Amino acid sequence: MSTPLLETRDLKKYFKTPAGMLHAVDGVSLTIGEGETLGVVGESGCGKSTLGRTVLRLLEPTAGQVLYRGEDITTFDKRRMFAARQEMQMIFQDPYASLNPRLSVSEIIAEPLIVGKLCRNAHEMNERIGGLMETVGLAPRFAHSYPHELDGGRRQRIGIARALATNPRFIVCDEPVSALDVSIQAQILNLLMDLQEDKGLSYMFITHDLSVVKHISSHIAVMYLGQCVEYAGTKELFANPLHPYTRALLAAIPVIDITRRGKRIETIQGEVTSPIEPAPGCRFAPRCAYATEACRQEQRLCQVSEGHWVACCRAAGEEA
Amino acid sequence: MGNLLDIRHLTVVYHTEEDEVHALSDVSFSLQKGETLGLVGETGAGKTTTALAIMGLLPRRVGEVQSGEILFEGRDLLRCSDADMRAIRGASISMIFQDPMTSLNPTIRIGDQIAESIRQHQPDMKRADVERRVDEILEMVGIPAARKREYPHQFSGGMKQRVVIAIALALEPQLLIADEPTTALDVTIQAQVLQMMGDLQRQLGTSTILITHDLGVVSQTCDRVAVMYAGEIVEVGTAEDIFLGKTHHPYTTGLFGSLPDLNRETRRLSPIDGLMPDPADLPKGCRFNPRCPHCTALCRECEPELTARGSHAIRCHLMGKEERA
Repeated sequence: MSTPLLETRDLKKYFKTPAGMLHAVDGVSLTIGEGETLGVVGESGCGKSTLGRTVLRLLEPTAGQVLYRGEDITTFDKRRMFAARQEMQMIFQDPYASLNPRLSVSEIIAEPLIVGKLCRNAHEMNERIGGLMETVGLAPRFAHSYPHELDGGRRQRIGIARALATNPRFIVCDEPVSALDVSIQAQILNLLMDLQEDKGLSYMFITHDLSVVKHISSHIAVMYLGQCVEYAGTKELFANPLHPYTRALLAAIPVIDITRRGKRIETIQGEVTSPIEPAPGCRFAPRCAYATEACRQEQRLCQVSEGHWVACCRAAGEEA
Repeated sequence: MGNLLDIRHLTVVYHTEEDEVHALSDVSFSLQKGETLGLVGETGAGKTTTALAIMGLLPRRVGEVQSGEILFEGRDLLRCSDADMRAIRGASISMIFQDPMTSLNPTIRIGDQIAESIRQHQPDMKRADVERRVDEILEMVGIPAARKREYPHQFSGGMKQRVVIAIALALEPQLLIADEPTTALDVTIQAQVLQMMGDLQRQLGTSTILITHDLGVVSQTCDRVAVMYAGEIVEVGTAEDIFLGKTHHPYTTGLFGSLPDLNRETRRLSPIDGLMPDPADLPKGCRFNPRCPHCTALCRECEPELTARGSHAIRCHLMGKEERA
């Protein structure tokens, strides 16, 4: 395998709370190759958004490394980080909250161009903005509109245009479609996939929606309470989920299937335990139907087959 | 078996400062005892307005029912006095709202919030009996009765929604309207809550109107489905008609095409182009015509009728043509 575009090594982000240390991201090691999409799935509070932000150093990691093209960006000074950020951008979840309401569409898209000094004069700037709006499918007549005049789908297109302004290679998409209606959601997913094809972008796609993640990702990492519990190619993960949590998550998706109406599905009992000062050992164990004494030991991600990693002693043993 | 609820030609407009917003136009459907009806559609389709109209909770002065009837056990709710409606609401018909975080009072213990609805409708019930009922209903939704002295913030999102369901079911209503009850919850918690709602519904024989945009949830819980678009029902039928039937309204087809299918490899989704029309400025003819791939001259001129074929009805000119041919 060639050098991955982005790699995290034992990345940790802890937050201090009055009750103790909150382990939001706890030792996550992942890789994303050029032109690939890594889907990060998990339920609320599993640390997936914190992971996305830590990867871009919008939050400073507590420990661990983030390698971009083989260089550890956590050691970069301000100037080098500024340059690196041109290549690493982010699309946010809430198109209502992530756009400045007092700037017009063209001003919002112009900001990264101004900050990065990417245009020599006003003419070039306008051309660049026009080009970006066309790329994301925004009609030129919206250039002087304000975000509140537009619907959610168009707002998300502005967010995408802004992220594309610096010609990035890698984009963290933090739940970019969860605030949108399904028909609009499909339009945005198609746009993101077209852009990837045209520009060879790599995505880290954070979502709680498993059908979306299956559609867009080449690889998937499943997170539970700050840790990655399973990592595999998309097809492999859906065909052969090994971790009990992954299985429960897949079983809980309300798929369109009326033969399942009224039938009982296997749901996991209980709720996510606290991420504050978690007990050692497998964090899913308190809800896991198969938990044994061995689960009190720390579970490391083990490779069970080519490219399929799982952090569960039972699943790993079963497969071997 | 008679219909528990019969809505006939319900038309609701909202008067805003500038415009008249057509929230519902000529909506008709019925619900039998013990049945679950799914009301599906995107933001602004009129799902919640339908629910509020049934509950008699449309905003005063702004919301106006222009015509239609809402017959609940043969009685027109639109002609009931405020006092009658207060007696019906919570006892015969109750509603669960989308966001459990905002539908509970943060300063009142959850046990007292459940007791409140019981006392409201049965003022003569003894205090000890009310308490016993509260314990019973909490256990029923899977919360230990000992937690009734806790406040809403001490519960997780899924648990709060269970409390809301407990309040709604405390008086064993005949009709439960659930407005996106699991949208704010994680999938594993959603599965738990849906399962519990289904169990309770069978146990109590409650009829349910489930409002949601999630077709997956609908397929697993509903007997019948109504698809709404821009204030109209564009398609209605049994779950089999909607999920297995061959003919559909183009909007329903578009809705299905927008969903990534877990069981099939699709490289590209086929979404519906464009946006839902502004309800204050609806297009002439069929409301879906500007976005419809099969639009004809007729569609731009005349509004189609809901054409029924057995249990399945579709509001589309193409349907009528097929029938005649």
